[in-house]
Amino acid sequence: MTLSISLTVNGQPRAIALDDPRVTLLDLLRERLHLSGTKKGCDRGQCGACTVLVDGRRINACLSLAATLDGASVTTIEGLAEGEALHPVQAAFIACDGFQCGYCTPGQIMSAVGLISEGHAGDDAERVRELMSGNLCRCGAYKGITEAVLQAQREMTAETGRDAA
Amino acid sequence: MNRFDFLRPTGLTEAIAEGGKPGSAYLAGGTNLVDLMKIGVSRPERLVDISRLPGLDRIDWLEDGSVRIGALVRNADLAYDIRFASAFPAVAEALLSGASAQLRNAATLGGNLMQRNRCAYFQDGASACNRRVPGSGCDALHGENRLHAVLGWSENCIATHPSDVCVPLVALDAVVEIEGPQGPREIALDALHRLPGDTPELENALLPGELIVGLRLPAEAKAFAAKARYLKLRERMSYAFAVVSAAAMLTVEDGRIREARLALGAVAAKPWRARAAEASLIGALPDTEAFAGAAALALAEAKPSGANEFKIELARRILVRALTLAMEGTPAVMPALPASPFSTHTGDRHVA
Repeated sequence: MTLSISLTVNGQPRAIALDDPRVTLLDLLRERLHLSGTKKGCDRGQCGACTVLVDGRRINACLSLAATLDGASVTTIEGLAEGEALHPVQAAFIACDGFQCGYCTPGQIMSAVGLISEGHAGDDAERVRELMSGNLCRCGAYKGITEAVLQAQREMTAETGRDAA
Repeated sequence: MNRFDFLRPTGLTEAIAEGGKPGSAYLAGGTNLVDLMKIGVSRPERLVDISRLPGLDRIDWLEDGSVRIGALVRNADLAYDIRFASAFPAVAEALLSGASAQLRNAATLGGNLMQRNRCAYFQDGASACNRRVPGSGCDALHGENRLHAVLGWSENCIATHPSDVCVPLVALDAVVEIEGPQGPREIALDALHRLPGDTPELENALLPGELIVGLRLPAEAKAFAAKARYLKLRERMSYAFAVVSAAAMLTVEDGRIREARLALGAVAAKPWRARAAEASLIGALPDTEAFAGAAALALAEAKPSGANEFKIELARRILVRALTLAMEGTPAVMPALPASPFSTHTGDRHVA
């Protein structure tokens, strides 16, 4: 049984024929669309390495069957930068030293982008830590990650303010 | 993961017709079911995708003052709905204390009610588990069981129901709306989850093919908004299931408790409403003595199912703490660490 789905991936419309309904969004991205920036950690929704945005909301791609996503818009780490210009969250992770080995970083960054657009953390580091708790970093770069999220949020808020003015 | 047929019904009637066929399972957010399918604990032959069914993702305020939450409302959307969270703050706090932000964005309310237990032996295909394979035994009974049930368990199963949000919901007399092959019906949330007894494989009161379509909170449930807390003790600060948890809600008149609602989480195979403890508080002065008395009543029938006697005293203490904090008043702003007993005031830091 082949299932046809349409997805918009990083702004590009994609028509996808799924030969197997067991394919998760994570495996679709990595193995079939060759977007390997999204990482497989636990594959059980416990580590957050596979975090992507679906219709603007951060989710664990490993627990989402691709067949359920017909018509959805997916943003992965590959879709953040505009050419050579890094997304403010990517730039802030570098500026704040928000990683060590880098394996969890795409998930951390996508989660941070989701967190900032949700808008529930304010400038409170405690709330940022709580709302990033779905992303594990076994190198323990949490201090830099928290600083990066707060810094990126400040920059993005300032940008929005400039655009509005 | 086993192979399965994937069905995408476009309406409720079609979904229920498909869901009623043998070997079918309903799929909504997938955060529990897909995981269990990956490890082979759930092996549906037919997966009925209900995640796009129209009309089940709304929060409706009804004329009689009650609120109806569609089964497909995502946990995050319910918790951050301003009107809902101000009417039912302990429900919002419980939602935000569960799982991670990513999972709360995907998981649905109906799925939360239907989630399976998190016993390691249930999830391990090499272990005996009467829920997974009826009659095979219970390896948890003589295994690693420090987090298992202390109320309502049997020799056949000592697993707990892991939900946070069900705890305040059961305390607030939530009603579950069901559609099925025999038509619609509704039951109290308190009657949805079953204690294991001799049939631990029967986890809930749903009949084959029945689907939870919504959940209602009665108008009276709003009376507790000013003094309502959910507290959850975890083995780490965030993103963990409860060791024990408690919802406590009060109304106070002329310095005495007028009405109390109490329920415990992670102590039994269902969210555990403590009705005798509630009754003991009516007319009492809201002090530590009354709260301790209520907690003693709530755990009066408790007994350890293994190396978990500590949970009984812990449950008493979390209940006293939840009552004490409820009496102080619902926080004006959701705490930075929702439901954490370590952060009693907004803005408290758990690290310096």
